[in-house]
Formats: sequence, C-alpha cells, structure tokens
Amino acid sequence: TKCVHLPPEVTATSRHYVDRLFDPDPQKVLQGVIDMKNAVIGNNKQKANLIVLGAVPRLLYLLQQGSSSSELRAECAVVLGSLAMGTENNIKSLVDCHIIPALLQGLLCPDLIFIEACLRCLRTVFISPVTPVQLLYTDPTVIPHLMSLLSRSQRTQEYITQIFSHCCKTPEHQTVLFNHGAIQNIAPLLISPSYKVRMQALKCFSVLAYENTQVSMTLVNVLVDEELLSQVFVRMMQRDQPIDMQLTAAKCLTYMCRAGAIRTDDSCIVLKTLPCLVRMCSKERLLEERVEGAETLAYLMEPDVELQRIASVTDHLVAMLADYFKYPSSVSAITDIKRVRHWTLLIEPSQQHTTLHTTLDHDLKHAHELRQAAFKLYASLGSNDEDIRKKITETENMMDRIVSGLSESSVKVRLAAVRCLHSLSRSVQQLRTSFHDHAVWKPLMKLLQNAPDEVLVMASSTLCNLLLEFSPSKEPILESGVIELLCSLTQSDSPALRVNGIWALMNMAFQADQKVKGEIVRALGTEQLFRLLSDPDSNVLMKTLGLLRNLLSTRPHIDQVMSSHGKQIMQAVTLILEGEHSIEVKEQTLCILANIADGNTAKELIMTNDDILQKIKYYMAHSNVKLQLAATFCISNLIWNEEDGSQERQDKLRELGFVDILHKLTQASDPNLCDRAKTAMQQYLA
Amino acid sequence: MDAMAELGAGSLLLGDPAFNYQEAELNERLKRLYPAVNEDETPLPRSWSPKDKYSYIGLSQNNLRVHYKGHGKNHKDAASVRATHPIPAACGIYYFEVKIVSKGLDFLSSLLPLSPIPGWDKHSYGYHGDDGHSFCSSGTGQPYGPTFTTGDVIGCCVNLINNTCFYTKNGISLGVAFTDLPPNLYPTVGLQTPGEIVDANFGQQPFVFDIEDYMSEWRAKIHGMIARFPIGERLGEWQAVLQNMVSTYLVHHGYCATATAFARATETLIQEDQTSIKNRQRIQKLVLAGRVGEAIEATQQLYPGLLEHNPNLLFMLKCRQFVEMVNGTDSEVRCFSIRSPKSQDSYPGSPSLSPRHGATNPNLHSAGADSPTCSNGVTPPNKNKSHNKYPGVSSASSSSSSSPSSVNYSESNSTDSTKSQPHSGTSNQEETSDSEMEIEAEHYTNGVAENPSARIMNGTYKHQEILQAQDISLEDSCASRQLCGGNQAATERMIQFGRELQGLNEQLCREYGKNVTHKKMLQDAFSLLAYSDPWNCPVGQQLDPMQRENICSALNSAILESQNLPKQPPLMLALGQATECVQLMARVRSGSCSFARVDNFLH
Repeated sequence: TKCVHLPPEVTATSRHYVDRLFDPDPQKVLQGVIDMKNAVIGNNKQKANLIVLGAVPRLLYLLQQGSSSSELRAECAVVLGSLAMGTENNIKSLVDCHIIPALLQGLLCPDLIFIEACLRCLRTVFISPVTPVQLLYTDPTVIPHLMSLLSRSQRTQEYITQIFSHCCKTPEHQTVLFNHGAIQNIAPLLISPSYKVRMQALKCFSVLAYENTQVSMTLVNVLVDEELLSQVFVRMMQRDQPIDMQLTAAKCLTYMCRAGAIRTDDSCIVLKTLPCLVRMCSKERLLEERVEGAETLAYLMEPDVELQRIASVTDHLVAMLADYFKYPSSVSAITDIKRVRHWTLLIEPSQQHTTLHTTLDHDLKHAHELRQAAFKLYASLGSNDEDIRKKITETENMMDRIVSGLSESSVKVRLAAVRCLHSLSRSVQQLRTSFHDHAVWKPLMKLLQNAPDEVLVMASSTLCNLLLEFSPSKEPILESGVIELLCSLTQSDSPALRVNGIWALMNMAFQADQKVKGEIVRALGTEQLFRLLSDPDSNVLMKTLGLLRNLLSTRPHIDQVMSSHGKQIMQAVTLILEGEHSIEVKEQTLCILANIADGNTAKELIMTNDDILQKIKYYMAHSNVKLQLAATFCISNLIWNEEDGSQERQDKLRELGFVDILHKLTQASDPNLCDRAKTAMQQYLA
Repeated sequence: MDAMAELGAGSLLLGDPAFNYQEAELNERLKRLYPAVNEDETPLPRSWSPKDKYSYIGLSQNNLRVHYKGHGKNHKDAASVRATHPIPAACGIYYFEVKIVSKGLDFLSSLLPLSPIPGWDKHSYGYHGDDGHSFCSSGTGQPYGPTFTTGDVIGCCVNLINNTCFYTKNGISLGVAFTDLPPNLYPTVGLQTPGEIVDANFGQQPFVFDIEDYMSEWRAKIHGMIARFPIGERLGEWQAVLQNMVSTYLVHHGYCATATAFARATETLIQEDQTSIKNRQRIQKLVLAGRVGEAIEATQQLYPGLLEHNPNLLFMLKCRQFVEMVNGTDSEVRCFSIRSPKSQDSYPGSPSLSPRHGATNPNLHSAGADSPTCSNGVTPPNKNKSHNKYPGVSSASSSSSSSPSSVNYSESNSTDSTKSQPHSGTSNQEETSDSEMEIEAEHYTNGVAENPSARIMNGTYKHQEILQAQDISLEDSCASRQLCGGNQAATERMIQFGRELQGLNEQLCREYGKNVTHKKMLQDAFSLLAYSDPWNCPVGQQLDPMQRENICSALNSAILESQNLPKQPPLMLALGQATECVQLMARVRSGSCSFARVDNFLH
C-alpha cells in the first residue's frame, strides 16, 4: 500500500472496516459503520488509518445517498464527527473531501437525529483553526436554514451557536448573521435550561457585538423574558456563575459600551463589568482568563479617563498586574488545571499525546500572552491620568520590565511594551525621571532599526516624546545618530510613520543648535522637505511646517537657512498660502513668514516679493483672527525700527497701504490683535 | 447637653410607627444578609454606641449620624465611636457603609473595624480619607487606596472566613487592606475636625456596593469545598454508612416495605424483624389518627409491661386520649357516633375496602391514616410549618377510617379471643394494617428509582401536596365540629374517662411524687371543656393533629428502646450533630459556618 509507515496488521484491520462499507447488503453496511464508530472512538491512529484508506468519501457517499436508511446516514455522520475529533490533519482531509457542503446539504433532511449528527460534525470541523470559515457563507441559503434549525432541539441550539461564534470573524460575517435575525433567534437561548446552550449563545453575542455599532445598538433594546439584555448579561456576571460565563458576559457589555450603545458611566459598566474584568485579572484565575480579562479591560477603558481612574483603584489592579510577569515559575499546577479543563470540552480525549508534546510551548506562549496583556492594560490605564502613570512606574521593576519587553522575541510583546512606554511617555515627569534613569531610549532605538510597521509607529511616536526639549534623553538620542533613521521614516508609505518621523525631527529641531539643524536639513534633503510640504496627509504637512518654523528660529539660523534654501522655501510658502488648506496650516505658514521677516538678510526675500506682500495684506484683513495676528506679526517684524534699512521698508509698506490696514486693526475687537497693531504703528511714530 | 438630646430623640422615636417599620425592615434585611447569626447570642451592630465614644463625638438620627464637636487642633483631638456590638463570626462576611456628609478642613476619617474601649489605638484598623492610607494597629500608614471626601460612600467588608478586610469607595472594591484580623471587631469611625459629619448604614439602606454578590461567591466556594471534600479510599465505607442511615431511618419510622425493598436493592440487612416494624408502624398510625385508646391497647398487647414501666408515657398517652375524645376521634367515643348516616352506610362496605387497597392497588392514595404517618416520618423538626394544613387531614383520616377502625379493633380483639397465641394475633393485624400502608407501598415505588438520600424528602414533599388536595375536599366535614362528635353518650364516656385520668394522676402523685408537667397537661386538657367551641379557644391548640406527633415519636422511641434498638434513627442524630457543629463553628468564630448551614442542603 501507499502507507508504508503503518504496521501491516493495523492496516489490515482498518482496511477491513473500509471494505465492509462496500458490502452489497445494506444491513451489513450499517453494522460495518457502527463497528467502525466503536473502533475509532478515542483512537487517533485508527482515525488516521481510515482516512488514509479512503473511508471518508465512501461515508460521505452513503450519507448523501437518498436510498440509504436514515439510521445509516446518521451513523455515517457520527463516524465522520468522530474522525473530525482527531488531529488537525484529519480535519484538513475531511475538508478536502468536501465534507462541509455534504453535511450542510444533510441539514435539509427532516430527521432530527441525522441533523444533530451532521451539526455536531460541522461544529467540530468549523471550530478547528484549519477550516476556512468562509465555507459557511458560500451558499447564501445556509445561514437562514441554520437559524430555522435553532428551534429544533437543545443540541441544534448548542452546535449552531457554537458554529456561529467561531465563524463570525469579520464585519461582513456580523452583518450576514445580523441580517438573518441572529439577535432575535439567539436571545431567547440565553435563558435556556442548558448551560452549554446559554454559554454558546452568550459567545455568539460577544462576537456579534465586537466593534459593531449596529448590532450593539440593537442589543440594548432586546428583551429576554421581559428583561433587558444588558440585565441578563449582568446576571451572568454574578460571582457565583462559572468564570467562563462571567468573562464572556463582561465582554458582551464591554463591546456594547465601546460601540456607544451603553454609556461609560452606566452602573452596569462601572459597578459590574469593570469590577468583573478586574477580578478576571486576579491570580486565582486561569492564565487564559487573566489574559482575556486584562485585554478586555484595556479595551473597555481605553477612551475613558474616568474608567481608568476607577480601575486604577479597584482591587489593587496595578499591583495585581505585576504578577503577570512572574510566569513561568512554579505555576505548573495552574497549567495542569487548564489542561484538565480542555479535556472536558472535548468529547473524546484523543488529543492527549499531541498536547503533552506541546506543553513547553504552551507555557512559553502563556508567558508571552500574559506579559503582552499586562502591558496593554498598563498602556490603557496610563493613557490620560498623570497620577496613574506615576503609580504604574512605581510598581516593582516596572521600567526594567518594559525595557526587557522591548527586546523580546515575540512581536506581540514588543508591541504591547512599546504601547505601554508610549502611554507613560506622555508624562513630563516620567520623561524627566524614570525614562532617563532606565535609559529606555536605547532599546527603543534598537527596536526602531528593524520592526514591523505597527511596532515602528508606536516606537517612533514614543521617540517623539523622548525628543521633547525638556527630556534628558534628547541629548543621548541625538548622539546615537537617529536623524538618518527619522528621515527614512518620512519616506515611508504609511502616513502614521511619515508623521512620526517628521514630528520627531520637528521636536529635535526645537531650540537646537546650528549643527543639529544643519544636519537635519542635510539628512532630509531639500527635495524631501518640499515633497513633505505637498504631502496629502495634513498632519504630515503641519509637522513639516513646524519643522521649518523650528529651523527658522534665531536670527543667524534664519539667515543661514534662507541664504541656502530661500528660493524653494518662498516658493513652497506661496503655494501653501494659495492652496486649499486648513486655517491651522495657513497660520503655521504665516508664522514661518514672520520668522523669515525676523532675519537680517532674509527679510529682503519678502520685501522683494510683491506677491507675498499682497498675500500678507490679504491675510491681515482675513476674517480669521489667528491669521490676521500671524500676518500682522510678519509686518511688525519687517518694519521694526532698530534694524538696518527699517526706514526704507516702512516707506515701501506705507506705499502699499499697510499703514491704513494697521490703523484699522488698532480698532479691532480682539485685544491681542489690537495690541499687535498698535505696537506696529508705534514703529512708524518713533 | 448633646448626650441628653440624643437620649430624648431616641426615646421619642421608639413609639414612632415609621421608626418601627424601619426597624422591621432592618431586621428583615439583616436576617437575609446574615441568616446564620443567632442574635440572642451575638447581636448584630445596628447603630453607634452612645456609651463607647469620645466626648468630642456627637450622635444623632437614631445614633447613626456622627459629628465632631471638639477643637480639632491636632491629632490629639481625634475622636472615635464604635458600634453597639462586635461583628459576630457567624456573619461569615460582614459589611457596613459610611457616607461622608460633610468633610472638615483638615480631614481625617477612618474606619476601624475594631477598637476596644481601652486604648483606641491598639489593634485598630483604619482607612484614612486625607491620604488614602491604611493604618493597622497604630503603626504608620501604608499607601492603600484613593482619598475620599464629601459625598463619597466608604464601605468596609470584613471576611470572617479568611480573616481579611477590604474597603470600598462608591461601590468599588479597593482590594484587601488587612489580613490575619483578630476576632471581635467593632465597626468604628474616627473624626478629627469640626464640621465633620458621617452617616452609617448597618443595613438600614441598600448598600452601594453589591455585597450580596460578593457573598454569593463565597457561598459557592464553601459549597464547592463541601461537595468536593476528598473521601479518597473510603468511598465504599461511606456508601455503607449512607445505606445504613437510610435503612435505619426507614425502619425507625416503620416504612416496612420500603425498608425491605431498600435492603434488597442495596444488599444490606435490617436489624429489626419485619413483624416488629409493622407493629410499631401500626401503633404509630393509630396515634397519628387520633385513636390513642386503640394505640394504648395495642401497645399493651404487643409489648406487655412497656407502659407499666413508663407511667409518664402512659399518662401522656391517656391525656392525649382524653383530648382526642374531645376531638371526637378516639374510638371510645367514635363507636357512639351517630354523626352521619353515611358513615353507617359505609360501614358494611369498609372491610372489603381494606384488602383492595393493600393488595392490588399500592399506588392509590385515597384519604387515609397514611398521610399523618408520612408527615410524622419527616416533620418533627419543622412541625410548625405545615400547621394550617392539618385540620383537614385530621378529619380526613378520622372520617374515612372511622368505620374500618372499629372493625380492626373488634377483629384484633376477636382473633385474640379465639386464638390465644399472640403471634397469630399480630399476623392478623399485619393484614389489616396493610390496608393502611398505602403510603409505604408508595414509598416503595418512589424509592427504588431515586437515590436514597433524596427519597425521604421526595416522599414528604409529595405527601404534603396530597394533603393539600384533601384539604379542599374535606372542608365541609370539618365545618361542623362538635364536642365528642356531638354524641351525648360519647360525652358521658369522655367525662368518665376524665375522672379516671384524674385518678391516674393522683395515683402517680402518690407513687412518684408531684409532677408539674402532668398537672399542667391535665389542666390544659380539662380546660378544653370550659369552652363552647374547644377548637377556637386559647387551649384549642391541643386539638391540632400536629400535637399527636410528639407523643407518637415518644411512644415509638420507648418501644424501640425496650427492644434494645436505638431510640433515634442515626440519620436524625447525624443531622442534629451537623446542626450543632455549625452552631459550634459560630461560637469558635469560624466564619465559614455562615455558608455551610444544614438547611442549605435540605430541600
């Protein structure tokens, strides 16, 4: 035979089972299938043998034949379900034999026992990660038919809801299920007498509501036995309920809250969901529960500072999270418990040896999962409140943990660690103290050298904060030759990376010395600079203007930059002032002009450019005060008395009618503008 | 001055109906929160103690509001007050809340679960509002939680199972503050600056924090611990013990057929022989049916010498017999009964009824003496519960079994007279008593399919339902209750019996000296005659068929004892012991007793 690795006697028995499926006597075929069923239960080797020997197509054939007795068809479905319980390879083989359409077809049969057997097998196939979920949606009649089968029995309810919750992976899937009445059909199952049904129905709602406003908005108004769905979820979160149920119910409410269907100050969020999720983070919970609990909690409070404040004082959460880093260490007991729990989910304990082999990976994976979840939650906790950030950084070895997290092998952990660092880097105090003490810039720089985009975005964003002028890390970062790296970021396809790159350069150029500024200009290159000034992303444009403005500060720098790049800069400024841009962009541009007007030699670039002068005049009379102010500032710099040639400039500008405008502006209602105009007028009087 | 005002306010409010209503509501809420607490032994805190407080502390609003009236210049001016009682261990989990009504200038407020009067600082535990620190035994503060201020509700939960404590702020748990807490903690508040006011909630209002949810977690934990209690290798042993418990229980109460079936199914042996069980059962049924005279007769005949050796028991039985005569249920008055021609009519049919019940239709539960038997089997501990269900039953048993009873009586008499051997007499009784054993037959059918421990409970439950059903149908018959069934001859017999009873009492007094209990019993029984409607008189309680149960089990125990058998079934002993143990746990301050109550496991 083809399978040389199988001992001959094993193949012989297996072959015998397969042969019996071809018996002309239907009664003998039935007996053969039943015997096969008994032979494969819990026997992975036997399952593999039978698949290799071609049992699957024959079973499928018998299952689909109209002439087969309903008993035979049901037994075939049971055997197939049993084969699916084996290894992932088994599932692959079954899917390759087109088992899914065959079983879905079988659901049209009126016989409930057969339907249940088919659903059970489909369930097992669909919950496997190797099965493409799309197969559930290829035939548009399948979902409505499954919905209609929900009323048939507790088993159909359990299997169908389990299939739905595993196969709902995208917004499109959510919409398909929603449009076919998933909510109305599944809601009553939440009060089913069967725990399994309640649990699977609950899981369905958690995947349906995730980031889905339509579903969430519908859910809040659903009544189950005259009780609001949110209250049903609250009951399911009660502390004497099974942990899995509490956690999943908390997820449902979290997703509904994030989708805007429940207010963040609603008591079911503040007093129930949040405390429940905090409890899930406790040491008493299983590793998976702690991971999911922390991730869900991080997601729940991400946008709401009040929830962050409440969570930060609930049950010592900040300290509790520190335990997430103490794994693995004498925790094998926990893993054992977890493994036992896995078995209870499986009907046949056939995966035992495969799992035992992977125990080590399993533990390692959990260690990663725990760490990244903790980092995520810290990031969320510290995203707004300075006191919470302080509390986090004061947690034992926190900064060391972040630093080592930044260089972990797992991308997930690195990303979460840098997110956490980013969140904490919003604190001026932390930048000045713990960030500098732990030299976080070093691993951060290393991370920037070679990382996936999502990590780069976070890392570069953090770097922006580290480059703020009051940050003691700014100097060492500069010395480490970061400019080239940042310049390369500005050439990225990702707008977020371009923004962060130019933003970092902008921060770096703030009050920098001539040498640094020169280096930035050199490294970036004028061509790239002007390309960024026409970037489609307005954030990039703003930060580039910011960079220009920072480069053009203090008189000697202004003159130097303008002498070498004056022409291009004036061109770019003209273009922006003429273009369709936001007020902020135009204001920033006028500020650049004002800086140029402050230079000694640079002034002439404006004075000799009538077009620009006309534009300044236009903005002095603009309806927006900010723009008026910036333009007036520019004129004020040009006519400043103590400088060489101020008389000529004053005369020229008077001729152009600026004095009249200034005069008018002294009557302006805005006090700042009024003051600015008066100061400018005084230059003429002196 | 303040102290007087407080007292005045307190006494004024005592008569206030609104206050009483609140008080009742509080009692109810506390009972629900702490069902295991026996307030006679360990009262729950309900207010601040006007006695155990510093002079700088003022109390108002039923001693629930605390305000500061000192100088508040420095830490020495801090003052505190504690609750009236320490937290009983039987609470399992205790919780109270304090609302900060007004915060002083230099705010320092603490919650000290404990502070004995001397030395407020030693062994005290607190959470301070100004810095959010926790203080333990007057040590230095540890960073613990957030600060708190006006409008905040601060709660304190003492877990007496693991001896920890946590605080809450506005319904949010702040996490464990202290571990290894000592016993006998008092809820306490401390204030330090003028203007500070706090209101306590010891259960008067619903709490902001969901304490019941927290309790439910611990209840589930403790129940899980009990359910998963490791028995290891002793599994077989346990099974034998359990089977023995069930079997002895059935035997004790005379559920003969059930006991036999159970023994057969579990392959165990019954200590007592069948005849003895059935005899006891028969006697019990007679007592419960109110036919005490016959019961005495049967006892004397089957267990000669028993009552002679237990004169107190005999006296109790006779007293009861008198009461039943008043009731019109005892056969000595019943035989005079011309109460309704119907019963006369049915008289000839009755003998043929009996075998039909017993032999061919074991599941039929027509009204009969079986119902009280069954309730007897299980109800002794909660006899007051089904109180109002009984009057109907009594008449049910009396009316329907009236005719056969006299037949039985005469039959057993006649057998006795024809055959001098007591054995043949009992065997005959066996037959007749079978007619009254539908209950047992039913237990048999019920029992075999179900698990042993649940069976007894199932049995009771079912029968209560049946009893209720009978209530309705029998109402008309009990509407016209009359003394001794309304028969003149019967009344005369009753009076005569009363005299005999009086004589017996005097005789006993002579022999054994005065007996207060007997005297009281006799007085109560005779008092019945003083009222035109004995059933609705101050001593009418005696006529309640429920009252038969005590005497019935006393007689049963006496018989068993005379046979050298335990007078109490081991199941009841075990139950009693478990109940005692849980109470003992409360006394030795093991908080888990709160969630390990025996009632939780009886359905």
